[in-house]
This record gives sequence, structure tokens and C-alpha cells, in this order.
Amino acid sequence: MTVLTTTFNEQRSSLAVLRFDESNHFYDIANFGFFVYLMTDFVLFSGLFAVYAVLHNNTAGGPTGSTLFNLHNVLTETLLLLTSSFTCGLSILSLRHRNKHKVLIYLAITFILGALFLILELSEFKHLINTGNSWRRSGFLSSFFVLVSTHGLHILIGLIWMIVMFIRILKRGLSRASVRRLTLFSLFWHFLDIIWIFIFSIVYLYGALNL
Amino acid sequence: MIVASFWLGRLNSHIFPTDIITLGAALSILFGGVVTVIVVTYYKKWHYLWRELFTSVDHKKIGIMYIIVAILMLIRGGIDALMMRAQQATSVGTSHGVLATSTFQQVFSAHGTIMIFFAAMGLMFGIINLVLPLQIGTRDVAFPFLNLTSFWLFVAGMILINLSLGIGQFSAAGWLAYPPLSELKYSPGVGVDYWIWSLQIAGIGSLMSGINFLTTIIKKRAPGMKFMKMPMFSWSVLCAMTLVVFAFPILTVTLSLLFLDRTLGMHFFTAGHGGNMMMYVNLIWAWGHPEVYILILPAFGVFSEVVATFSRKRLFGYRTMVWALILITILSFSVWLHHFFTMGAGADVNGFFGIMTMIIAIPTGVKIFNWLFTMFHGKIHFSAPMYWFLGFVGLFTIGGVAGVIMAIPPADFQFHNSLFLVAHFHTMIVSGVLFGYFAGIHYWFPKIFGYKLDEKLGRVSFYMWFIGFLLAFIPLYILGFLGATRRIDHYSASLGWQPLFIIAGVGVVIIAGAVAVSILQQIVSYRNRHQLLDLTGDPWNGRTLEWSVPSPAPYYNFATIPIVHDRDAFWVSKNESKEKKRVLEITDILMPVNAPVAVYIGICAMLFGFSMIWHIWWLSIVSLVIFFIVLMIRISDENPYYLLSAQKIIEHEGNI
Amino acid sequence: MNKMISRVYNAPTKAEGTFNGYLIGFILSLILTISAYFLTIKHSLSRNLLVVLIAVFAISQFFIQLIFFLHLFKDSKPRYRLLVFVFMICIVLILVGGSLWIMTNLNYDTSLSHEIQYMNNQGGGL
Repeated sequence: MTVLTTTFNEQRSSLAVLRFDESNHFYDIANFGFFVYLMTDFVLFSGLFAVYAVLHNNTAGGPTGSTLFNLHNVLTETLLLLTSSFTCGLSILSLRHRNKHKVLIYLAITFILGALFLILELSEFKHLINTGNSWRRSGFLSSFFVLVSTHGLHILIGLIWMIVMFIRILKRGLSRASVRRLTLFSLFWHFLDIIWIFIFSIVYLYGALNL
Repeated sequence: MIVASFWLGRLNSHIFPTDIITLGAALSILFGGVVTVIVVTYYKKWHYLWRELFTSVDHKKIGIMYIIVAILMLIRGGIDALMMRAQQATSVGTSHGVLATSTFQQVFSAHGTIMIFFAAMGLMFGIINLVLPLQIGTRDVAFPFLNLTSFWLFVAGMILINLSLGIGQFSAAGWLAYPPLSELKYSPGVGVDYWIWSLQIAGIGSLMSGINFLTTIIKKRAPGMKFMKMPMFSWSVLCAMTLVVFAFPILTVTLSLLFLDRTLGMHFFTAGHGGNMMMYVNLIWAWGHPEVYILILPAFGVFSEVVATFSRKRLFGYRTMVWALILITILSFSVWLHHFFTMGAGADVNGFFGIMTMIIAIPTGVKIFNWLFTMFHGKIHFSAPMYWFLGFVGLFTIGGVAGVIMAIPPADFQFHNSLFLVAHFHTMIVSGVLFGYFAGIHYWFPKIFGYKLDEKLGRVSFYMWFIGFLLAFIPLYILGFLGATRRIDHYSASLGWQPLFIIAGVGVVIIAGAVAVSILQQIVSYRNRHQLLDLTGDPWNGRTLEWSVPSPAPYYNFATIPIVHDRDAFWVSKNESKEKKRVLEITDILMPVNAPVAVYIGICAMLFGFSMIWHIWWLSIVSLVIFFIVLMIRISDENPYYLLSAQKIIEHEGNI
Repeated sequence: MNKMISRVYNAPTKAEGTFNGYLIGFILSLILTISAYFLTIKHSLSRNLLVVLIAVFAISQFFIQLIFFLHLFKDSKPRYRLLVFVFMICIVLILVGGSLWIMTNLNYDTSLSHEIQYMNNQGGGL
């Protein structure tokens, strides 16, 4: 029997005996479980998309999407998020080479791009609210705000997650748990990019076409 | 609008109940709580409870906790039912019954919500927790910590819904809170907010449980247990959890949107300003229909195990059973409109969903026939679980036929919102879900506690449930035909409905007696536990893996993970010759440590829900921050396991 | 011992892609995003064609990211992730398609719909 004895936690070194196959198996389980969670999030967003699709013409005499959206701003957001998805992938690639330095750099870039995205989104919201087009205005604006800000909320959670991981990797290096969590995080981040493709196309591009 | 203060939000001196019934209920719950606390403190059991139960990640203990909470909620919901029956039996002509209209509305809303979310769901997750890992031959679920967190979220939701008795009021908008009635304009109080947040928190717990069990079944089955060798109960759980995973996000969305409407002045479901209240009905049933299958599929699984075991036969038509389950899983997502045929959709939409509804009856019928054929030519052993099963087959068929009648859209226009509908879904849920889990509790009890339950009282309880049920609900079918609508709190004496309502009330009293007998059964069985002791670990001559371990099941479940060669793995291995049995090689096991963080997360969730209900925003932020901190504490432990040495396992096994 | 440890650390990344994979995914996504954007603001195509094109671009990008970023189709057998994914897509299609069908049908058939529309446009309640 292959038994791997390695101390990865000082406080509990006496207990830290992990069978080699068990550790792999555990990663596999966590990965699958997290993937199932992402699928539930897909369903959650699909519910919001359905609501948006039903309500998007209910402007109650207020403005429509085509008069409100600044597509230029949205393209910038899209490119920021897409690039951050790419750098997140690079961070995962650096994990394979056990290059802590590179992992951290790419993670930092991902964080900055994600934060810029969120700032742009918030400034868009702020502009809408200041011009009297808040979520209280109409069913269309309610569904717009909720759909887009639910995605934004996920981004915010992703940003906090990145900070936590960054500090942990900095302090403890690429421990088994950090590696696992970083891989799960990358799934989460790519998933958010995928959701954004649909927000970009359905809300903004179709909105510009007055569909 | 109520002006909210910073520190107390919408809380003020008028929040306490004024009518005698609500006050009495709140005080009795408070009294019960205080007595429990005193008793536990007197016997100095807090430490024991905390270590062995509240923070334990052992799936069997979590299952026990789920079932205790669920039974308490069954009693609470049952008291609501008694009050409704009392009201409807007495409120006729000049008499206005025992309840004020506003109380009555809260009572029927609470009854539905509590029974579905906290009684039925609790029983379901309880039974699944108790049995599933044992049955698929694994030591624990995929994510033990998450499992405990789900349970505490369930408790947080349960506490919130009961808190509404004493602080503020509960929703008066029915168990699904249709807008525009549930919107701020027509329900300005906190009742609907209580409803939203207790469901939201418990629902997120259920969603996490769903992910957990789905992962457990897919990734942690014993070696050799291919999908087509998996026991029927595990199959039914797999299908039910698939439904949980894909249906509960819709509930999360719907509740959130209603909350945003009420709190931030959005216009999703409002009348006017571009809201669409029909979208709410559409969404809530897109979750709600799969939900009824979520409740019933594991009960089908229990019956499959029970009928095969007590008929001493292999389950008839295993493959068709599996395919029936899979078909039900998929079809249950395509029938939701049958809950609102009368909402005004066209003939093509109604026709499509009507036909889909009739189609879904087919796989269900297949299952009924398979169970009957399993009994055919079997050596049937009439134990209490078998009684529950037989009661189920009779009642469920009646309820199912009533359901198919209502699946015809033009007929549904007559039955919609009548007591006929109420009788139909109670037939399905009581005979299907409750009878199923009662059978399950009786069947698996010795595996968890090491002694059997008293047979005779089990049968008495069954008969009382059965007779009480018939008396309580057959009159409702008739009343529905006579035109009585659901949630009616007063009617004219000239209609002649009162005798039927009185019979229904008597039925509910008999059911209350049945619940009392069940509790008596627990007490009697505990006192006679030495005679009822299960020494073999296999009291019913079982067929599946959970019976291969000693009773009560050890905390590590299996000293060695079994290798499965057959569908009825244990049955086959029992009948093998001794020499063929594998030499057991016991090794060290990695076991998860206790997780107090899960309790803290539950407390945070409860505080967060409470602050959202009462608009105490600082408390929301504080509870979120605490949540973040405890989560960080949890994460900082990179290896939350301890090593259980082979030596200890051998000692434990030797003791048995 | 060292070899084993590195196997443990590599294990999570075994199914992940290569640099080229990420780069291809990134560039293809960029092209699709930017073309969809410019086609929309230029208004050079007919509206119906544009609607179809945007949908096609979005769905292609969806699959490109699934392949190159999420490595969904590189699962080791048995492909449970793929199975769950396909099931999810079915549910989403039923849910969104069904909801839209039901709600459009309601708007069409409800006799009040014109009044509701009218009152909505007035910004008032019923």
C-alpha cells in the first residue's frame, strides 16, 4: 500500500497522514461538487434571463434599453472580463510549474481587471440612477438591474475570494488546499465570463436593436 | 409605510400578538423552549449535546436531528390543521367560528409552508442522511461539513417561521404567496417577509444538500456498484437530488425578486409599472412542481426497499423502475402549468401541459404495478412498514386518479381552488410522502439505534392514520364537488356542508391521536429496548449494504469498504459459502472533525434573515461580517480530519 | 517521496489545458465579441439577420469557453460533468422556452391585456 506521509499543517502534524489516492479522490469529488454548484448557478441566471425576457418591453412609459445603454462602455467591460478570464487561466497554468511567483502575479492581474469591470459597472448604475432611471422606474429596469447586478455580485464574491487566496498563497505557499481552491476559483471565474457573454448579447446588443 | 428606526428597524411595541390563540401558541413554544433548556442544564448535557450532536458531521446524527426537527414541525403544522378544521366545522351561518379571519389566513399559510418545507423536507433529508451513505457503501457524504451547514440553515429557517408567532405576524397570503396580494401594497406587514426569508434560508440549505448527495452518489459508491447495481432507494435519491439541484435555484430567484419588490420598490410582480404578477406564478410552479416529486421520489425508494425485503423477493422490474424514475425526473420539469390552467393561457398551452401531466402518470403507474408484482408469489412478512406500504398503494391510487381528472384542463376549471384539489394533494402527500417516511423510520430505526420499534403500536398508529385520513379527506372530495372553495372561513348554513366538515374534523382528531401513538411507540420501545435489541445487524433479513454492518451502525460505517457484485449486494453475500468471503483488511481511516462553524453559520443566517425582515440594516452587515469571519476560520484549517487508527476500529468491531 | 508529492500537486491540473489552448480560446472569444459589437453599431445588416448572427456568435463563444477554459469535454471517463451539463441545458431550455411560451400566450389571450398594457404605459396601478 502506498502511504504518503507529509506534514502540511503544523498544528495537526500528527494527524496529517493522507493516503495518496484519497487525496486525489477528494480533489475529484470537490471538483465535481463545485461543478454541480455552477450548474445550479446557471439555472439561477436562466431564471433571471427568463424574467428579463418577459419584462424587457414593460417600460411603463419609461426609456427603453436602446436609449439608455452606452455600448462603448459595455464593450470595455466585456474585454476586461474576457482578459481577466484569460489571465486566470494563465495563473492555473503556472500552478502546474509550481511557480508561486507567477501564480500570484497573474492572480493580481485578474483581480485588477475584475475590479475595473466592477467599477465600470457601478458607474453605469450610478449614471442610470442619477438620470432618474433607477430600478423603481419600470419592470424593465428592475429586471435589468437585478440580472446585471446579480452577475456583479458574483464578481464581487470572486474578488474577495481572490484576496483571501492571494494572502494565503503568499503566507503558506502552494499548499494542497490552496491548489484545490485556486482550481475551483478558476472554474467560477470562467463561468462568470460565460454568463457575461449572454448578458452582453441579450441585454445590451439585443437591447440596442430594440428587440 | 412604517417609519423604520436605525437600531430597531421596523420593530416597535405593537409587534406582540394580541389575540389569545396566537399569544397562547407563542407562549407555549416559549415555555417548551425554556423547559427544554432547564432540563438540559439540570442534567448537565449541554457539552454532550454540543459535541455529540450539534457539531457532529456524522451523517447518521445529522439525520436524527433532521427527523426530530421535522416531527416537531409536523406537530406544529398539525395543530394548525386542527385549528383550521375547528374553524370550518363551527363557522357557519351566524356563528363566526373560533378564529378571527386574519388569524385563520395566517394559520393556513403557516400550515402549508411548515408542512412542505419543514416537516416533509425535513423527514426526507433525515431519512436520506440516515441511510444513503450506508446503502451505497461509503463512510460519509461527499462534503460532511456542508451537510451539517445545510442542517443548521434548515433550523435557521425553522426558527424564523416560528418566531413569527411571537414577534410580528406570519404571512396571510397562502403557502405560495401569490402577488399582488403578497406585494407591499396589499401585505404591508412583516408576514410575507417572514415567509420569504424562512424559505430562502431553508431553501439554500436544501440546495446545498442536493449538491452534496448528488456528488455523494455519483462519486462515492462502493467499488463495483455500477449504476444498474445501485439499490432502488439510492436511485430514487439520485433522481430527487437532481431535481433539487435544478429546481431550487428557481425558488431562490423567485423569492429574491419578491423580496426586492417589497423592499427596494422594484416592479417584477407588481400591478402596474410594468410588473407581471403572472410571471411569479409561472416561476414559483416551475420550482413547485419538481418540488412535489422531490418529496415523493425518496418515499418511492423507501417503499421499493420495504416491499422487496418483506416479500423476500428481488424487486420486480428493476430496470423499468429505474427508467420510470428517470422519466419522472425529466417530465416533472414540463408539467408546471397544470397548477394554473385557469390563469388565462390559450388552448394549445393548456392542452400541451394537460397531456404532459397525463403522461407523467404512466411511469408512476408502472412503479405501482412493479411493487404489486414484487409481492406476487413472495413470502410476505406483515411488519409495520408493510402496513404503511399497503395503505399507501390504496390511497395513492385514489389520489393519483383524482390528479389525472384534474389534468384535463376544462375539468380543472371546475376543480381549481376547490376542496377537491386540497383533498387530492393531501392524498398524494400524506399517503405518499408521510407514509413512506414513517415506513422508512420503522424500517431503518434498528440500524441507527440498535433496537427495533414496537410492532403493535406501529400498527395501531398506522390504522389510526389510515382511518383518520379517510375521514378527514373523503368529505373534502365531496365538498369540493359541492362547490366549497379552499381556504373558506365561513359559509351559509343553507348549503348543508357542516356535517361533512365535522366528519373531516373528527378525522383530524384521530390523526392527532395517531401521532400521539407514534410518540408512545417511541417511549415504549425505548423502555423495552433490551427485548427489542437487534444483535445481528440484520433484523429484517435485508438485501442491501446497510444491513451488513452491526446495529447501531458504527460511526465510521464500514470497517472495510465492501466490494459490490450484485444489485442486492448483502443478500447475495449472505447466501454465499463462507470460504468465498473476502478476508477483511482493516486500515486507518481519515475522519472529519466536528464543525462548530456550521452552527455559527446557521446563527448568522438566522440573524441575517431576521434583520432583513425587520429592516435592521446594521444587523445584516454585522451578521455578514461574522459569517465571513467564521468562514475564514473554517478555511484556515486546511486539514479538518483526524486519523482513526485500525487498532481502534478493531476494538470497536470486537465489542459488538 | 519527492516524486509522489509532485504527483499530488499536479493532480488537480492534469485535466487543465495548455497555454496554446487558453490563447486560442481567448483570441476566438475576442474576435466573436468585437464582431458582434461592430455589426450591432454599424447597422449595415438587416435586423433579423443581425439578431440571428448575435445569437450564433454568443452560442459559439459559449462553447469555445467551455472547451478552452472550462475543459468540459476533456473529462476523463465516465463523463459525469458532461452529463450534468447536458441535463442542465435541457432544463434551462424547458424553463426559459416554456416560460416565454406561456407568458406570450397569456398576453395574447388575456382579454385584459390591452388595458394592462395601457395602464402600464400610464405608469399607474390597476
